[in-house]
Order: sequence, then C-alpha cells, then structure tokens
Amino acid sequence: MVTSITSLGRSGLSDWLLQRVSACVMTLYVFFILGYLTLNPNLQFAQWQALNSSLPMRMFSLMAILSLAAHSWIGMWCVFTDYVTVRLIGPKATLVRIFFQLGMIAVTLLYTIWAIDILWGI
Amino acid sequence: MLTVSIYRYNPEVDEEPYMQDFEVDTHGKDVMVLDVLEKLKIEDPTLVYRRSCREGVCGSDGMNISGKNGLACITPLSKAVKKNKLIIRPLPGLPVIRDLVIDMSQFYAQYEKIQPYMINNTAAPAIERLQSQEERAKLDGLYECILCACCSTACPSFWWNPDKFIGPSGLLQAYRFLADSRDTATEERLAKLDDPFSVFRCHGIMNCVQVCPKGLNPTRAIGHIRNMLIRSAT
Repeated sequence: MVTSITSLGRSGLSDWLLQRVSACVMTLYVFFILGYLTLNPNLQFAQWQALNSSLPMRMFSLMAILSLAAHSWIGMWCVFTDYVTVRLIGPKATLVRIFFQLGMIAVTLLYTIWAIDILWGI
Repeated sequence: MLTVSIYRYNPEVDEEPYMQDFEVDTHGKDVMVLDVLEKLKIEDPTLVYRRSCREGVCGSDGMNISGKNGLACITPLSKAVKKNKLIIRPLPGLPVIRDLVIDMSQFYAQYEKIQPYMINNTAAPAIERLQSQEERAKLDGLYECILCACCSTACPSFWWNPDKFIGPSGLLQAYRFLADSRDTATEERLAKLDDPFSVFRCHGIMNCVQVCPKGLNPTRAIGHIRNMLIRSAT
C-alpha cells in the first residue's frame, strides 16, 4: 500500500470511480447545453436567465461544476505525481510538487466557490 | 549485408552511452535477433547481453528491438528489420548496468510486493489441494508469465513511478493469486492494492499487451483486479 495525502479520495478505487462518474455528468451537461442552444436558435436573455435560475438547472450546473472540480483535481494530481518527481527533476521535486499540488487544490476550491456564487447570483 | 545498430555503454570506460553500427551477413536467412547478437559477440567479445534458454522460456534476453520490447531469441529478423537496419537497445526505464543489461531490482521489488506465492493457512489435506477444471481454467493466461519485464518496461506509468506502481507484470501475477481458488488471502491482497498508485496508475494504454512475447493480457488482469476491488469496497 502506497500512502498518499494529496489525492482527492486517498483511495485509488474512489478516485477512479469519481473520475468516471464526473466524466459522465460533464458529458450529459455539455450535451444538454448544446441541445438546448440548438433547439432554441432565437434564444433571448430572459429565457436563458429563466433556465439558469430555475432550481433543477442550478442543481444540474452545480453537479457539473463539482464534477469538473473533482475531475481536474484527480487528473492534475496524476500529472504532478508523474512528472514532478525526484526521479525526473532531482531532489527539489518534493517541495515543487507540494507547491503545485496545494496551489492546484487552492485554485480548484476558489473556482468552485466562485462558480457557486455566480450560479446563485443569477 | 544487414546493418545492426547496438546501444553500447560500459560505465567503467564510457562517459555516456552511444550507438555502435555493425555489418552482419546473415546469408539471406531469417534468423532470430539473438543469433545475430551471438555472431557479433564472437567478433566483439566486449558486447554484453543476457541470454539463457534461447527458446522464449527463461525471459533473460528481453530488449528493445527496433523500437519494440521483445525477446531476442524468438524475434525473427523479418519482424524486426526496417529498411535493412536492426536497432537494438536495452529495455527502457530501468538503469543500464552495461550495454543491453539492465538492473531489474526495481522490477523484482514490485513483484515481491504482491506476495507471489500461495497463502493458505488452513490444514493441508493428505495429498493435495484440489481444484475443479473450471477453477484451474481461471489461471490460464496468467501463470505463463516468465518475468521478462518486456511489458513493465514498455509502460509509461512504470517509467514515471517504478517504485510505486506495481506494473503490468506484477499485477498479472497479483491476479494469478487473487483468482486462485486455493488461496485464502484475497481480502488481505486486495487491501494492499487500493491506493492511487499500485493498481490505479494503469491508464489502460495497453503497451503491455502489444509487447508481451507470450501473448498475455495484463490490462485484462488489471481490469479484473479493479472489478474485485469494486465488489469488495462498494
């Protein structure tokens, strides 16, 4: 068992499942938005605002945002642990990797909170 | 004449590795890559590589042949020569000891981690632990692994994290014991694999399947391990 304290779920299986579920949610969201825009070619601001301020759409958007956050956390964590390692860039790697990982987590959380603020401000 | 370009590196003499070209006359025969190396070894006895059984059983002569990992003894020139040139390098990703010989300690350390032996603490029966034909059939495609390291050294996840990711070879063996009806340590084995590195660094690119000289499928075995983890943890 290899210990890991900066991965999202701390468990490989949990991260793997989350990565797949979040991908499905994001795909559904993209198809829904594209479908809505295609089916409403003369979309006006009032209709778009009504859609996005309805509770079901807010929940759907929130799920998509949380999925994006989880998906990018897991993905970026994999990238950092692949390429920012002592093996590849030398003894400074651990410090550099922690910096990037914590930075990525902070940015992800900030964007998520900001997105929720935007969503409920519509 | 066939041009053979071989990776040379003797750390006691060379500052850095280099490629050395040889001209070899195979008399038009489709011999194995190992036969070419044996011929060159006579011309230049300083050329170093591992070999033993010369029939694809021992797994000693795994090397990178014209860009693809394989066993020199069972790879014919017709499958390896491109534009009348044969390029031979050591297996990638592990430290080179000399010429085509690599240090496989990391590979074996990962193999050791998965406890590649039967664990069964129940009282031994008088003769042997029996399996049905169906139970035995589950081990087909798993037990044949000869630990040549062609798969693990073709895997980018193993290149980047050889100390944390078990690698396709080790995981194929892990599943060989997880699938064995006589082994009673399934839960303990699974518990040791549920971290973000050991199994889940496999992203399913299937380089391992493409290069395995025994035609085995480590990616499928990894999928089975993942399914067992899902069944046990949800």
